[in-house]
Amino acid sequence: MSSSHAHDESAEPQKGPKVLAVSPKNPNVRTIQVVRPENADTTFLAATATGLGITIRHFGKNLLLPRKSVEALGQGGAAAHVRFKNDIETIQYPEEKVQYPERYRGLHRLMLRDDGAVRCVACMCCPTVCPAHCITIVPEESSDPSIEKRPAVFEIDELRCVVCGLCVEACPCDAIRMDTAEHAKPVEERWEAVENKASLMGRGIRSTATQGGEGPTWRDKK
Amino acid sequence: MSILYAILDWPGTKWLFLVFGLVMPLASLLTWAERRQSAMMQDRLGPNRANIGPIKLKGILHFIADAVKMIFKEDFIPASVHRGLFALAPILALVPVLVAFSIIPFGPTIYPHSLFDKLDPFALAASDPSMPLGAFADAIRMQMFQVDFGLVFYFAVLTLANYGGTIAGWASYNKWALLGGLRSSSQMMSYEVAMGLSLMGVFLIAGSLEPGWIVGHGASPQMSPANPLNWMWLWQPVALVLFLTASIAETKRAPFDIPEGEPEIIGYFVEYSGIRWGMFFLAEFIEIVFISAVIVTVFLGGYQFPFLDPDGFRVGGYMVQEAGTAISTGGLVFKLPHWAVSSLQFGAFGLKVVLLCWFQLMIRWTLPRFRADQLMNLGWKLLLPLSLANIMITAAIKLLFL
Repeated sequence: MSSSHAHDESAEPQKGPKVLAVSPKNPNVRTIQVVRPENADTTFLAATATGLGITIRHFGKNLLLPRKSVEALGQGGAAAHVRFKNDIETIQYPEEKVQYPERYRGLHRLMLRDDGAVRCVACMCCPTVCPAHCITIVPEESSDPSIEKRPAVFEIDELRCVVCGLCVEACPCDAIRMDTAEHAKPVEERWEAVENKASLMGRGIRSTATQGGEGPTWRDKK
Repeated sequence: MSILYAILDWPGTKWLFLVFGLVMPLASLLTWAERRQSAMMQDRLGPNRANIGPIKLKGILHFIADAVKMIFKEDFIPASVHRGLFALAPILALVPVLVAFSIIPFGPTIYPHSLFDKLDPFALAASDPSMPLGAFADAIRMQMFQVDFGLVFYFAVLTLANYGGTIAGWASYNKWALLGGLRSSSQMMSYEVAMGLSLMGVFLIAGSLEPGWIVGHGASPQMSPANPLNWMWLWQPVALVLFLTASIAETKRAPFDIPEGEPEIIGYFVEYSGIRWGMFFLAEFIEIVFISAVIVTVFLGGYQFPFLDPDGFRVGGYMVQEAGTAISTGGLVFKLPHWAVSSLQFGAFGLKVVLLCWFQLMIRWTLPRFRADQLMNLGWKLLLPLSLANIMITAAIKLLFL
């Protein structure tokens, strides 16, 4: 370690600030002289002109040229999309929405079977894995003889949810998904943020997956 | 009819129309323009949401929303303030600016009986100025207060606005407000010196302190006052830069905003809220308009439209003396009726003022704030010597060559 330091110093002896004193205990502890350049121009006129040039260029460009498309804004501005466009980066949510990444985690939804019944079998994997304890399931006997259980109550407290997606990972039968690309809606009372089974199923679509996350996503609706 | 014209020519009426009707709306619009413009300089969109139903107008209505908000906010008065001075300070900040507008010539003199005639400047010069009759009777002057000491009056009145800030800081019973008030008074005092002296060169060249006279005559009697080369910007460029700098300091806006320093160092109106704070705010924006109007009047030809003489557009004319008045004549003339000339000149004044307001906002959002010592250095060690040198050189040139 110390040898490499010594090597560095011997390689570039001229560089760096002027050393006034070196500590006898540790040669790396030194007193140096800091030289800060004086302001060459105390009128600031040249600097003011340069700055005004920059701001006027931005102002003029943003005033005269059309805005970038929402697609270009969402992609961080690929060169082909931003030619002859201005520099404004503002996205006017909610009128304009950029396309979220493929794996963006939005509000939860409960997937449906072919007959419209809930796919969830109340296996309790998701409330078990949930780090925020935001999922409440009360299981009940299913009327379908081939299915053992179904949730009587399925509630997710979107205020407690940390949007980690572990529930989706844990689900063995593609019953819960977070691919709605919707945000949790602003609410005035805390209880309003608790999503019940009906509202979760209201966002759901029929999933034909046998296991895992196969099947149509929110992108395929378009 | 002439009673109506007399009422229109009364200073109070003109003040109502010009200051309340034009300046105040422009100043309120500037609050929106500043936010919108700063946003566009910083690659943002800025406020564009305020609307009445479907009428959005790119967010211009924000200034109405702001005004409504300020009026209906709680007028909070802290327990230990000096109530009288606390209430007086915002009025002291606002009123002098509104009064100072009385010296600004907003447009040419309007002769209501010859609105649709092409004006004859020789007949105008021949008519008795104290008792004009016939076509030139009932003249309406677009300047409320025409006095020989016009610009000195403005210096005197605008100095009173200083007391607004200082008294606000004192009356607030708040250490930070007091410090802000002190910074305010020190800055104003330092920069008023350079501000006044920088106009001295203009007075030397024009030979008058009256803004209407400067606009009506220009720098040289050999050229038409409507010729842009006859405006003071060409004759006193140093004074223009000095005056612009000093007057931006006078409006207490960045880069000279240490009296306010809203986010960090806390200014003199920290204890103010609601409409009292709004009055400080409005005073600041009216000062921007006023400074623009003064610069336009003194340096940029005021209401003069380029090459537009009272009788129409003229290229290649010359000046003759007629009954003590310099009249631009000869050359190629495109004659226009009096109403067209007046409205063009009125519009030219408005456009110049708006452009200068834009430029002031541009500077405000470009430059960072000066430190207090840099501010004093700039004021006393740079602006003051430069303005003194400008007076000396101007006087020497005038003495030797003109």
